[in-house]
Amino acid sequence: MKMVYRIIKMVVLTAGAVISVYPLLFMLTTALQPSTLLFEYPPKLLPSQLTGANFAEAWTSQNFSIYMGNSVMVTAASFLLIFVLSSMLAFAYSRFRFAGKSLTFAMLMGALVIPGLTLVIPQFMLIRSLGLFDSYWGLITVYTASAIPFTTFLLKGFFDTITKEIDESVSIDCGGSFRLFLSVILPLSKPAFVPVTIFNALTIWEEFPWALTIINDPLKRTLPIALANFQGQYTTQWGIVFAGSLIALLPVILLFVFLQRYFIAGITAGAVKG
Amino acid sequence: MGRLSVSGSRFYLFCVFLVYPLLHNWVYSFFDFKLSNLNEASFVGLDNYRRVFQDPVFWISVRNILIYGVISVPGQMILGFAAAYALNRADLWSKLFRTLYFLPVITSWVVASLIFTFIVTDQGLLNYLIVDVFHLADERIGWLSDPWKAMIVLSMLGIWKGVGWAMVIYLAALQGVPKDLYESADLDGCGPLQRIWHITLPSIRSTNFFIQIMLIIGAFNVFTSVFLITKGGPLHQTEVMLTWMYQKAFTEYDLGYASALSYVFALLIALLTAIQFKWNRSN
Repeated sequence: MKMVYRIIKMVVLTAGAVISVYPLLFMLTTALQPSTLLFEYPPKLLPSQLTGANFAEAWTSQNFSIYMGNSVMVTAASFLLIFVLSSMLAFAYSRFRFAGKSLTFAMLMGALVIPGLTLVIPQFMLIRSLGLFDSYWGLITVYTASAIPFTTFLLKGFFDTITKEIDESVSIDCGGSFRLFLSVILPLSKPAFVPVTIFNALTIWEEFPWALTIINDPLKRTLPIALANFQGQYTTQWGIVFAGSLIALLPVILLFVFLQRYFIAGITAGAVKG
Repeated sequence: MGRLSVSGSRFYLFCVFLVYPLLHNWVYSFFDFKLSNLNEASFVGLDNYRRVFQDPVFWISVRNILIYGVISVPGQMILGFAAAYALNRADLWSKLFRTLYFLPVITSWVVASLIFTFIVTDQGLLNYLIVDVFHLADERIGWLSDPWKAMIVLSMLGIWKGVGWAMVIYLAALQGVPKDLYESADLDGCGPLQRIWHITLPSIRSTNFFIQIMLIIGAFNVFTSVFLITKGGPLHQTEVMLTWMYQKAFTEYDLGYASALSYVFALLIALLTAIQFKWNRSN
């Protein structure tokens, strides 16, 4: 009886794994097939001929090298701004007393619970009147602003758990607050930084609706909108669409493979953001 | 969100700085505010809201969100729990399965939507499996030409992409269930289903509630998959709240109306979340 139960469990788990993974493998095999073979019916479950031509075409003549560059730049710039602003904000809220502390912190936390969808139109008006429409800064500013409340909230929580005795030992060694922040608090906070950074980077890397709204210039597209537009334009060239998709997924998969524990922690923590 | 509870005085500040921007933004929804007439937008009172409730596509979008939620939320919870329960151990097989189940979570909505679009085309993989491999139907099914079938495809995508997330959260909760509870249940001769029903589920009730809240909010926010797979069509029949708002705001540039829509949507989500909290407390 126990054996039967175990076999059933294994079969069901395997079926689940096939359903989870097969669509991704199907994307890979489609991207690896010569485009002439794509519209054969029945669809090939396994590729009969392998070629890297779709990847080469996506990367060069379909401009995916440019889109990749755009995505990397926007994500990196947002990451840098979020990192500097949020960590300093969190440090101030964790260690200093100042006028308006609780007031401004309440504001920040208020931003956490505003549903994002009510903000799209005002953000659009704001970015337009700032003259940032159709520019990378229009993306970077909004991505950074959206990530700061949650990141600060999480980091402040972590900084609070670092004992204040360390603060005193640093000031005795005649280091200032900045020294404390830079050489003590930051290095100690790696377990908090890495997951939240992964979560933010992933969110920005994959962000679609906002980029779609404000980027018009085809050469300024980030990967998600490039993919969506590409599929709309050439519905038949699935091999290239999926080659592009895999190019966009590659950095995410690498991160996942090498930092799996932090990666899952980041996505779990990010859920609280709602 | 429990940790965000604020003391009395902070609560007022909270209101001021949360409610004020929302109100300010809310003003848009009382104007006939279009991108073409930014400087001469005229005050129209509640007209935009009246239009919302008389808009047939608004009601279709509400219906579709309900279909999507009713299928995808329990689907993700049940499968996510089942996966977590079966894989709550440290051996190599369990780790492998957990990793495989998590792969759809790290696939972006855009890429996942493209894959599903390709799979459900008339000559795609899904029809091939249904018609030629398993012989479940005689002819190919037009998945996206019928609103109900299209909503099912969208819900399946939601489940496919979300099970791994629910599984990870459930796994964390299952590790907190005391082992001796299971041992005493075994002594009492409980079967596996009774164990789940009487021990596991009651012990992870708060996690269950958290996942439910998150998934329902997520369902109301579905956008990318609908926008890319059905584009709201045919004839707006698969429109959901955000795609309809987006269409009004950024295709038709009817910003006042779209603002009103976004407020009605936000209110619906807030109401639904409040009801769930109340329900949860009274149980």
